[in-house]
Amino acid sequence: MVKLVSQPICPVADTRDLPQALRQALSDKISEVVVFRDEVTLVVPREHIIEVLTHLRDVQQFNMLTDETCVDYYPREPRFGILYQLYSLPRNLRLRVKVMLSEYDPKMPTAVGVYRNANWLEREIYDLFGIHFEGHPDLRRILLPANWQGHPLRKEVPVAVEENAFSFNRARIDAQKPYATE
Amino acid sequence: MGLEQKLGNMGVVTTSLEKAIGWARANAIWPLLFGLACCAIEMMSAQASRYDLSRFGMELMRASPRQSDLMIVAGRVSRKMAPVLRNLYDQMPDPKWVIAMGDCASCGGVFNNYAIVQGVDEIVPVDVYVAGCPPRPETLIDGILKLQAKIKQEPLTKWQ
Repeated sequence: MVKLVSQPICPVADTRDLPQALRQALSDKISEVVVFRDEVTLVVPREHIIEVLTHLRDVQQFNMLTDETCVDYYPREPRFGILYQLYSLPRNLRLRVKVMLSEYDPKMPTAVGVYRNANWLEREIYDLFGIHFEGHPDLRRILLPANWQGHPLRKEVPVAVEENAFSFNRARIDAQKPYATE
Repeated sequence: MGLEQKLGNMGVVTTSLEKAIGWARANAIWPLLFGLACCAIEMMSAQASRYDLSRFGMELMRASPRQSDLMIVAGRVSRKMAPVLRNLYDQMPDPKWVIAMGDCASCGGVFNNYAIVQGVDEIVPVDVYVAGCPPRPETLIDGILKLQAKIKQEPLTKWQ
């Protein structure tokens, strides 16, 4: 009687060796490695981000860019954090790469040359946060109308647009609301 | 053997032209096949067999704005969708009416933010507001009956 043993279909996600390996391989290109509850985050200066991403894709086998997004830490400076969420299909590992950007110089080199799906993700970041990606092939708005003014996910944009929402005061509503005329 | 014999001598019915036309318009409204969000699911349900909107002469949803005279704005309208909605409204022939179905179409609802139009009456003139999130099919049918009552007493001069 042969006992059936289930084979693992993918390697177990074990991030214990990852911080040390990354520190050794990229020591001069990263500013710190943060580990929090087995999640590894690389903090990288802006000028090295393309080299680091290329190394992670080609050497460390992080072959998939799950998401690229931005965070506005408003009162702090540097204000913006660009986040790359990477995943390695062969190693079953996840990694977060973070670049901090100053409020007064919100520019990034584009990652389209490394991960092609960064194209639309960077357009979304440009649309909602106003970060300029240098070298991007087609940096236009992607979600909002083309004639939109401003970047609405920045913290200086007010959350609500209607001051007197949920009001029964018709005079105040009529004064503020632009009604359609036929 | 027909209706005439059962009713007796029908003779002449007198009414005003306004009332006759209002009656005809109110009982054959063709809504535009146009849903934007979850309210559209309730709108579909209102037309399906359980609620059966066709009892009121409203069953014929037209996919073209040029053949329809009622726009049911079912769902929240984003700022990017607003010009499209206005374009559809402009393509509808007169006479035409608009129902703002649900809280989002009426006043923005819970979406008090940059992306959503705070009430579709900023873009098109609305005749009936139907409250609810989403409104049940009975509520929509009630709104449509309110619109029918409104159409029946509209003066003829309005659409000249």
